[in-house]
Formats: sequence, C-alpha cells, structure tokens
Amino acid sequence: MRRRPARERVRAAALGAALAVIASVVRAQEPPATAPHVAPEPPQQPMPAMSNADMVQTMQMNDAASTGSLLLDQFEWRHDGGDDAAVWEGEAWYGDDYDKLWLRTEGERLQGITEDARVELLWDRIVSRWWSLQTGAREDFGDGPPRSWAALGVQGLAPYWFEVEATAYAGDAGRTAARVKIEYDLRLTQRLVVQPEAEANLYGKADPARQLGAGLADLDMGLRLRYEIRREFAPYLGVAWRRLCGETAAYARAQNLGASELQWVAGLRLWF
Amino acid sequence: MTRATAPAVTSLVSRRQFVQGLAGSALLLPVAGGTTANAADAATLSGTDFELAIGTVTVDLTGRRRSATVVNGRLPGPQLRWREGDVVSLRVANHLPVPTSIHWHGMIVPADMDGVPGLSFHGIPPGGVYRYRFRVNQSGTYWYHSHSRFQEQTGLYGAIVVTPRSGERHPSERDYVVLLSDWTDADPEHVYRLLKVDPAYFNFGQRTLGDLVADAHRDGWQATLAQRAMWGRMRMDPTDLTDVSGYTYTYLMNGVTPAGNWTGLFQRGEKVRLRFINGSSMSFFDVRIPGLTLRVVAADGQDVEPVAVDEFRIGTAEVLDVIVEPADRPYTIFAQAIDRSGYACGTLAPEPGMRADVPRLDARPLLAMSDMGMPGGMPQTRLDDPGVGLRNNGRRVLTYADLHTLGGPIDARAAARDIELHLTGHMQRFMWSFNGQKFSASEPLRFNYGERVRLVLVNDTMMNHPIHLHGMWSELLAENGDFLVRKHTITVQPGQRLSYLVSADALGRWAYHCHLLYHMEAGMFREVVVERPGTDRPG
Repeated sequence: MRRRPARERVRAAALGAALAVIASVVRAQEPPATAPHVAPEPPQQPMPAMSNADMVQTMQMNDAASTGSLLLDQFEWRHDGGDDAAVWEGEAWYGDDYDKLWLRTEGERLQGITEDARVELLWDRIVSRWWSLQTGAREDFGDGPPRSWAALGVQGLAPYWFEVEATAYAGDAGRTAARVKIEYDLRLTQRLVVQPEAEANLYGKADPARQLGAGLADLDMGLRLRYEIRREFAPYLGVAWRRLCGETAAYARAQNLGASELQWVAGLRLWF
Repeated sequence: MTRATAPAVTSLVSRRQFVQGLAGSALLLPVAGGTTANAADAATLSGTDFELAIGTVTVDLTGRRRSATVVNGRLPGPQLRWREGDVVSLRVANHLPVPTSIHWHGMIVPADMDGVPGLSFHGIPPGGVYRYRFRVNQSGTYWYHSHSRFQEQTGLYGAIVVTPRSGERHPSERDYVVLLSDWTDADPEHVYRLLKVDPAYFNFGQRTLGDLVADAHRDGWQATLAQRAMWGRMRMDPTDLTDVSGYTYTYLMNGVTPAGNWTGLFQRGEKVRLRFINGSSMSFFDVRIPGLTLRVVAADGQDVEPVAVDEFRIGTAEVLDVIVEPADRPYTIFAQAIDRSGYACGTLAPEPGMRADVPRLDARPLLAMSDMGMPGGMPQTRLDDPGVGLRNNGRRVLTYADLHTLGGPIDARAAARDIELHLTGHMQRFMWSFNGQKFSASEPLRFNYGERVRLVLVNDTMMNHPIHLHGMWSELLAENGDFLVRKHTITVQPGQRLSYLVSADALGRWAYHCHLLYHMEAGMFREVVVERPGTDRPG
C-alpha cells in the first residue's frame, strides 16, 4: 500500500482532531439519556393578545354562538265522533345559551276555519339554573275579535322532570289572563314514550265576544303515546280531554255545545 | 414494527368497512418524510424532517361514503417516529378550504410550536404552510391532532412514538400503537347542534317504566321510589354517562372498524408492547384482552412502576403503554365505550385472519351516589376508584392510585399556591365551563414563570372530564400529598376532587381544557399565561 504524503497525513490528523472537537461539543449539547424533563424555550414568535372577536375567529371556537330549533310538539287530528279537528302546538327558538328569541303557537281548525289560535313572541332569558324568564307579546285570533296581550312568564324544568310554562298576560281594556302548562315524558322503552300533559287558561274578566268567562276558563289534558322513529320524528296516538269551566262553560251550553269533550288524537311530533 | 398498519389490514377487511380513500384524492399523495428506512411505508414516518399534508379524503366506514379530514391521505394520520434528543422539523401544508392546525399532544415544546390557533400561532390558512421545529426532549407514546373546530372528530389525528436515547426500559419483540377513536357519519356541527337542542339525543339507555318495575321487584317499591325521587328532585339522570354514543359512533381501532378487525401479529414467546392512545373526540373506553394480563409500563408517555391489571379505563386523550405475553393463539383487544353502546376491537394473533371470541358488552352501568360527591355531599378524592361501571366487576382494574411515575416528580418543591377550579356544566342546556364561566367570559389563569402551583379540580358535574394542560406536566398527587404520576391529561371523575402540581417553566400562552371535544367547543376551556412577574399585562 502506498504511503500517503506527509501533508495529507497532517491534514487528516487536523481533520480528525476537528471532528473530535465537534463531536464532543455535539455530545455536550445532547440531553443526558435519563433527563426527565427539559423546559421548553420561550416562543420566538409570541402571540399578541387579541380581542375576543379575533380570538373566536382565529380559534374557530365560539362558545357563545347562537343556534335555533323548531318543534312541532303536536300536529294532530282530533276525532270525537262528530267533526274532525286539526290541532297544532309548536315553538321555535333562536339564540345563545342565555338569551333566546322564542316563538310559540297553538290553535285548532275545524271545517277549514281557525277556531281558536294564539301566537306568542318572547324574549327568553335564563335567570336561574333551571328557569328562564320570558317577556313579550301574545296575539289571539280565530273565532271572535283578535286580542293582543303583553306577556310575562317563566319556563323551566321543575323537580321530578316536569316541564313547566307559566305566563301572565295583560291586554286592552284591563283584561288579564294566565296560562299554565305542565308536561312529562315517561319512557316505556328507549323509543316509546308516554307524554301526559295538562294546560289551564284563566281570565281576569269576562270577554263575551270570545265567549270567555272570568276565572278558570278551560282545562286541557292529554295523554299521547309516541314512537320515536328518530328523536326528531315521532308519530303518536292518544286521547285529549277538554273541560270548559265556570262562565265559559255556560257560554258553550247556551249554544248547545258540550262543556267537556274526550277525543281521540293521532299526529306527528317533529323537530329540527 | 409496523406490520399491522392500514394497507396490510384492509386486505383482510370486507369491502364495506375499510377506509377507501387512499386513492381517492389526487391532492393527497402520501409524502415520504425524513431520512430513514421506513420512509417508504407511509403509515409510519420516521426521521427528523417531515412533510405533512392536511386534506380531505373519502372514507367508507359504515357503508356510506363520507369526507374525512386527514393527514397524508390516511385515517388515522401516519405514525410519527422520533428519537429523543433529535430536532424535528415538520412542514404542515393545508389543502383544506378552511384553516387548520396540528397540536403535538403531550410534547413539551415552545409555545409557538404547540399548534393552538389564537394562542400558539395564527393557525394554518387554506393553502398555507407552517413549519414546526423543536427539540424532542422526552420519550414515550404521544399523539397529534387538529386543534381547529371539529377536524379531530373527522379524522385528523395520529400517533407519535419517541424512542428513548438509552433504549426502551422494557424491550419487546413487537411494538404496536393501538389508537382508539370514534367516527360519525354525521356532520359534527350537526351533532353539536343536536346536543344543544336535546342533550339526551344520543342516550338510548335511559330509564324506562320497565326498569322501575324491575327495580321495585328487586329492592321494594319504597326504596325504588325514594331513589327515583332523589334523582328526580335534583333533575339529574343516572344514565348520563356520555354525550355522544354508539347511536352515531362507529368505534375504531387504528382506523379500522370492529368488523374490519385490526390485527397485530406476534410469534410464540414474544413480548408485545401495545401503545394505547385514546384519540377519540368524546369517548371513554374500558379496555381488556381476555386471557392476558396487561402490564402497564407507561402512562401518558412517562414510564411507571409496572403494574399488572386485567382492565383499564382510558379517558379521551390519555395514553397507556402495556406489555403482554400472549400464548400461541389469538386474543381479542376489546375496548367498550363507557356507556356500553358499542366497542372498538381488534386481534392479537400468531397468523393473519385469526380471531378470538369477542366478549359481550357489559351491562350498562348507572351513576352512583359517589358520582355526586356523596356520601356527605362533599367531593371525594377517590383516586383508587376505577369509576362507574368498573367497580367490583371481578377484574383487576387500573386506577390512578396504581400509577407511580419512575424517578419521582420533575420538581421537588411543594406548591407556593393553590388554584382551585370547579368543573361545571348544565346537562339540560349542554353548557360546559370552569367555575361556571365559559371561555369567552373568562380571564386567563396567570402563572408566574418558575413557580410551582397546585391545581385543585373539583368536578361538580355528573360526567368524567379529561383535563389537559398544554406546555407543562400535570403531576397528580395522592390524597396525602405524595406524588403519584406525571400526566398530560387527567380525568376527573364525577363528584371527585383531585389536585396536581405544575411547574410553570414554559413561558407563553397555553390552552387548558376539557378534552371532550364538544365540551371544549362549548366553552370548557381556559387560557393559561406563564409570564415573568411584573410583566405588563396585555390590554
């Protein structure tokens, strides 16, 4: 084997020494094999503080976003041997966790004519863990002259899982009214649900034009058995019992109408 | 090491279940990263330089084609293999029409490398690129995921395995990542809205009239009605175990459905290391391998004194490494969801195509008094409580009290101060928060640089919350104050009060949140700022 010239040997030695130095430096920079923890370097490009709106935008995480829903709780045909009636009861809301715009409507149509119906538009504001306060307006239409009301009420979940709505109303000419509704879901299976429901309407003074007496005007009770094909889509069967009370019952009797009726119902419960 | 990755497995799978997307996106050719022999195998990337492309791909996990958000065209994303001490560089390109991000879960990295839009950086805009670069100063099993909106739910996650410089403490012949996740065909935005409208939407284990009669038959009417009345008075539901269930979720093991049967192969006499990662969005899994003892050797990437168990619960984002020694037959890795509404499963087998019996799902449990902080109404520490559904089930179930990180805490100091936070929520309204304040209504928690603080968490809700602090370790304390285990994600059980120490040695802004994705999005999130004392606070 040819011997390398001296200059080359010197260069190789220098190179070797240099490599050894570099290697030792590199080794010194390596963490020890058992290092349990090395704190991170400070960020080279720290993020500046930004407004909440910018933060929402950047993070794509908006915990105060609004959403909405539409529920047709009752959309049904009622049958009591005579005429069939179509009845609806529904609500829609839009808003965030604390404040919502709430639309509520219910009514009945008989032979193509709206008999008795109402729409409420409310601002729903959480006031405690289980309850929200609702303020707004209600409009009654159908049989008789329309009536407008200011509304103030509560809505929430009472102990033992009762859904409660209780609202007081004040209208023209010193009219007052109140409405209370209580609902409960009893599961027979994971998809078969019995829903008892009770509703009462009260009026401060008589309104003969709408054939309403003062005091408790009517009591509506229902028992509906629904099958949740999906949570959002549930056909049901049930019974509805309505009893007119006091002066209101007297108005009905004067017209040869019954003060109490028991009806079979069939309908759909839908929500989006 | 990577034998049982997706391409190998899909050949075993019926057409209906496997991820079809690999050829489905011209945009997302898997990009070989780094410098090593594994570069050709896109399911595992190792080395120091990585090219990650985030995009969409069409998958078919349930018989319906859906779009997933993924890394390099894979669900889960490629496994990243790093070496302790290396400086890694990851070039992440965003091919989505929306911003994205990647967070390296459990990795201690500088704040601008942590991947949380708004806190670490501005996110990666559509068509943009971000270069992450940091030194890997730890070893063990970790994972990565998107920190942008619901991308994690739609597939943007993968495993990280960091090889220790000094070699594995527990050598094994086989080494598999077992990444558990939950997949839904529904749009997560829709799932979130459903939860806001009807928080029990996905609960198909509610109590029925039949349950009432059965309970009365067993316990008598008086006791049964008293018990129902107690729950009813509080308007709480003992069946409220999880928010999103198997009703919409298909549970995946390494991206494979139960029917697809992910399989890890071994030969007789081999030790098999299984790196369990809960990469789900909303699911807790109870994991066991009937016939095998699981020797737990690491938790959240940190080596622990080995402990032998039959079963463990793994919370969302938690990681557990176990070693098993199978005999010459197949075994089922069984991971049932906490509400027993479904499971992920796969097989350890000496030969491809073998299967063992798949156990039946356990009975669906009910929350107990202790899950409300009872008895006495005071939250209990209960670190030796395996949790709802696992108590006294006849199996040895891992608890936090069993975990002891080797080498003790990273910082011997006691805490200079306590910060107590309550985990709060409202199940009927699907609201989640710390101390009753959603992120948008909260101020950052401020740690002084260099201090040691004790975080005390009290879970006022009926649900498990896996709480993850970015940038710093959480060192869990036993009830007597002794150090137990170093973790990046700590599950706080319902009605539980626990505490852990944090060394504020990481300057910058960090995320601190519940790792249930829909809870985080609902506001169960805080910013933590580590700053030098006297720093001017930004506006």
